[in-house]
Amino acid sequence: MTTEPTDTDQTMSSQHQQEESYPRMRREKEQVREQQKEGEGIGWDGQTLREQFEALEKRTEETGHYAGFDRLELKEERPIEYEQMFAQLRGDLVTARETSKEVAATPIVEQEGELCYGLFTPEGDSIAVSTGIIVHIHTMSEAIKYMINHDYEESPGIEPGDVFVNNDTHVGDVHACDIMTLIPIFHDGELVAWAGGVNHVIDTGAIGPGSMNVSQASRFGDGAQYTARKIGEDLTLYNSWKNDYPDKTRTPDFLKLDERTRMTGCLMIRDAVKDIIDEYGVEQFKQLSREAIEDGRRGFRNRIEKTMLPGTYRGASFVDALYEGQDNLTRAYADENHLMHAPSELHVREDGSFQVSFEGANKWGWHPYNCTPAAIQGGIWVMLTQTVIPNSNVNDGAYYSCDFHLPVGSWANTQNTETAHAYAWHFLVSAWAPLWQHLSRGYYARGFWEEINAGNANTSNWLQGGGIDQFDKLHAVNSFESACEGVGARYVEDGEPHAAAIWNPEGDMGDAEVWEMTEPLPFLGRAVKPNTGGAGRRSGGAGFESMRTVKDVSRWLLYEMGNGYMTSDGGLFGGYPAASGYILNAHDTDLKERFENQDDYPQHDLDPESGEFESKIDGEITREPKGISTPKEFDDYDMYLNYLRGGSGLGDPLERDPEDVLEDIHDGYVLPRHAEAAYAVVVEKVDDEAQHNSAVHGEFEVDEEATAELRGERRAERAKKAQPVSEWYEEERDRIRNEEALIDDVKKTYESSMRMSAQFAAFYREFWELPEEFSFTLSEKAEKSLTNRFDTGLKQKWKNPTKSHETWLGVGRDDEPQVPYTWTSDRSIRDLETPDATFSEPPRETATDDD
Amino acid sequence: MPESYPREHIEDLVDDNLEWNQLHDMMSDYKDADRFQKVRDVLQERVDWDDPIIIPYAEHLYVVAKPDDRWVIKCDCGHEFCEHDENWKADALINVRDSEEEYLEIYPEDMHPHPDYMELREFFCPGCNTLLEVTNVMPGYPLIHEFEPDIETFYNEWIEEPIPTA
Repeated sequence: MTTEPTDTDQTMSSQHQQEESYPRMRREKEQVREQQKEGEGIGWDGQTLREQFEALEKRTEETGHYAGFDRLELKEERPIEYEQMFAQLRGDLVTARETSKEVAATPIVEQEGELCYGLFTPEGDSIAVSTGIIVHIHTMSEAIKYMINHDYEESPGIEPGDVFVNNDTHVGDVHACDIMTLIPIFHDGELVAWAGGVNHVIDTGAIGPGSMNVSQASRFGDGAQYTARKIGEDLTLYNSWKNDYPDKTRTPDFLKLDERTRMTGCLMIRDAVKDIIDEYGVEQFKQLSREAIEDGRRGFRNRIEKTMLPGTYRGASFVDALYEGQDNLTRAYADENHLMHAPSELHVREDGSFQVSFEGANKWGWHPYNCTPAAIQGGIWVMLTQTVIPNSNVNDGAYYSCDFHLPVGSWANTQNTETAHAYAWHFLVSAWAPLWQHLSRGYYARGFWEEINAGNANTSNWLQGGGIDQFDKLHAVNSFESACEGVGARYVEDGEPHAAAIWNPEGDMGDAEVWEMTEPLPFLGRAVKPNTGGAGRRSGGAGFESMRTVKDVSRWLLYEMGNGYMTSDGGLFGGYPAASGYILNAHDTDLKERFENQDDYPQHDLDPESGEFESKIDGEITREPKGISTPKEFDDYDMYLNYLRGGSGLGDPLERDPEDVLEDIHDGYVLPRHAEAAYAVVVEKVDDEAQHNSAVHGEFEVDEEATAELRGERRAERAKKAQPVSEWYEEERDRIRNEEALIDDVKKTYESSMRMSAQFAAFYREFWELPEEFSFTLSEKAEKSLTNRFDTGLKQKWKNPTKSHETWLGVGRDDEPQVPYTWTSDRSIRDLETPDATFSEPPRETATDDD
Repeated sequence: MPESYPREHIEDLVDDNLEWNQLHDMMSDYKDADRFQKVRDVLQERVDWDDPIIIPYAEHLYVVAKPDDRWVIKCDCGHEFCEHDENWKADALINVRDSEEEYLEIYPEDMHPHPDYMELREFFCPGCNTLLEVTNVMPGYPLIHEFEPDIETFYNEWIEEPIPTA
């Protein structure tokens, strides 16, 4: 064991800045400085870090194996030792997380576990990760690579004992509220690894309170951003840093403890690495770090070959971000509606590799839902680790098995540092929704039905806000109750109700009492919300709702964030999408008087049509089917509904067992009237007394005979009501040609995608048999908005990328993407000779009878 | 860790007769190497027609081998849609749910998409009227061809078996 102190208080306390506090680190630092005087870098064998990184990329590209490791020598020759080393590292990462999260004070970290650690190679590839928000497997990788690519070795220098922070999305993050701490780990004058930790903080100092404000149009309202900054040396934070960041947030005490949390974890990881090196030697540690990634790369492909089918999978998802008429927008030009269009194409290639493309995605917008490549890549890992690689061998090896195409200038890869990203998840998680279905189609064909899931997408609402709280302090809130949503239906079971969120695999709504300690928003009720899960043979998991009031505040703001006019959770195999969101607030209420008089008051809004809420409260009630609002003033005894969404359904609802529908009613998952309408199940009320965990009072029974009859009639009605697709196609084509009954927001979205992508435009025109020059007629406002954004151009963060990062930047609008675009009828990946080939090369000649 | 499950176990999977703890074990265990063949064979027994199943394509749908070397997408009711690499939806029946009234059959008020922004396209089998797929898209979106399996690579390179023929 190392003898160095690792206590966090010691780390950040001035009384422990004496040299003798960290003798080993001091010796390492002296050694590094001696080597630098002789012109040697901090990489292995005297290389600079950038030289080492470029050599690794070259070897990986030339051999097709990570770092050229075509053999897993350690694993093959000493498999037990290999597994022991990896398990020890992984265990130490998990321990670091479990221990350090107790340092934090926010329920976000302490209750929800919004914390994750990673161990990275000197080049920034993750070797192993902890549990938690493993979206950051790759975001921290990108931050390290950014530092290497921008010559941090020269300035500000990377030395033993240094501490770096990053939350710049364009460097490597999902959004600015995920703040990461990175420390380099040295041995014998060489950089051998990085330890990194990241957590979701409660407030980033954005223009509105909360970690993910939604009213800003650009980065300049997103909150404080720290671009891969050195904030300390000798494991001691700079005085300048300690005097800087606390004033850039409304919740400085929480952020200080968050930082101590991350430092604690990183130092525990540093110690763990040193222990491993002491036990096995540095060369074996280096060997393990390379092999673990190559092993991860191979493991991913093996799993794909074992459980999926090669071929092409496609889908599309949409989500609304409606800003027209919203108050408190930071720019007049942001007063418009945006819709996300995410065409999703996955090729599972003959070698088991993944090729993922979003070609056709529309332009970024003046909203905080834009994404960077690191965000998109992070998003895929948090999903894949819950299905394709549900084991401990999670690292950047999987990244090396995937090719991504994220169109430059789209919402998925803005390459423009002016764009806002505070709640990138709104688009990101919705855009990945089809990926679940791609995988599920593969699992179905292969027979692994126990793995099928209809999809898990948008999981808001996000209750956020802030002001002067119950302790008379400036405060901000961000309720992570949303870490506990209904999830998509499985093939073999219903989706889990109020269970998890895809971005946080642990899933916990948090204790109401704990939320009430940090939020001046007492709970009036918390209950399962009916009809939130999509209908199907297997129903989507139900979401839930919390009715909150406000108490002992001044100048308090709250707002909503989620989908409203669109649902981004599609169903599978005949299942229906999950329900979309709505907003319910009440201001100037008589709640106080009701409490005093012990009168009824609303605890729920289980059925928005029932009028029950309105019957139990007087006040100014706002009810609208939208998902997003900008910060609004709330006062004591005002009310706010926090509605957490459900998952999507799977299979034809007429095939659901009627007894299961009855249970749904009794459990509060389905309103009785929808048993008949959505499932063709006839139920009768047999008792007014509630005997179950029901949202609807009373006891019901299935009328089996009437149900059988109704189901027969419903099938017959389907045939009568539906029309052949060929007929529908002709009507629809004429409608599009004539631009009938399509609203401006929709046409603007299509135009945006067509202007972004020559390939999508060709597909759209081909499919609907439109003239080659076809374009939609837009309103003056929509045209101006598109022109404005397209003319904004690029403003890239990465000035000096190495080759692997240039691939993001080299694809122009009319170029063929590296990941083949095959939505048009004349293209298939089977026309390409190798997994690396693209349609920009001459197509293979089709064999003829003359050959 | 089973290399292979007994056939009865796979029959129970196909027939929806497994308990949750059994399913959970299957999720947690390593994946069995012959699952595809076993599921395909069980499904072949369950359908009322003789065309050899090449792959299960989606719930109720299969790619089957026909006598003239054609591979077609077929419903378990016997309805045949199209060639395996075409979009079966083009041969389906469709109902588009794009009004408030139609949305309210499935969702409560305020909890469904706005018809101007999103429509639900319901695709039915013309043979048995089973609802095979629901897609939620912006009005005006092309039909999505969700799955083009590479059957040759799968059989020839991944499982190294001859492709079933009629």
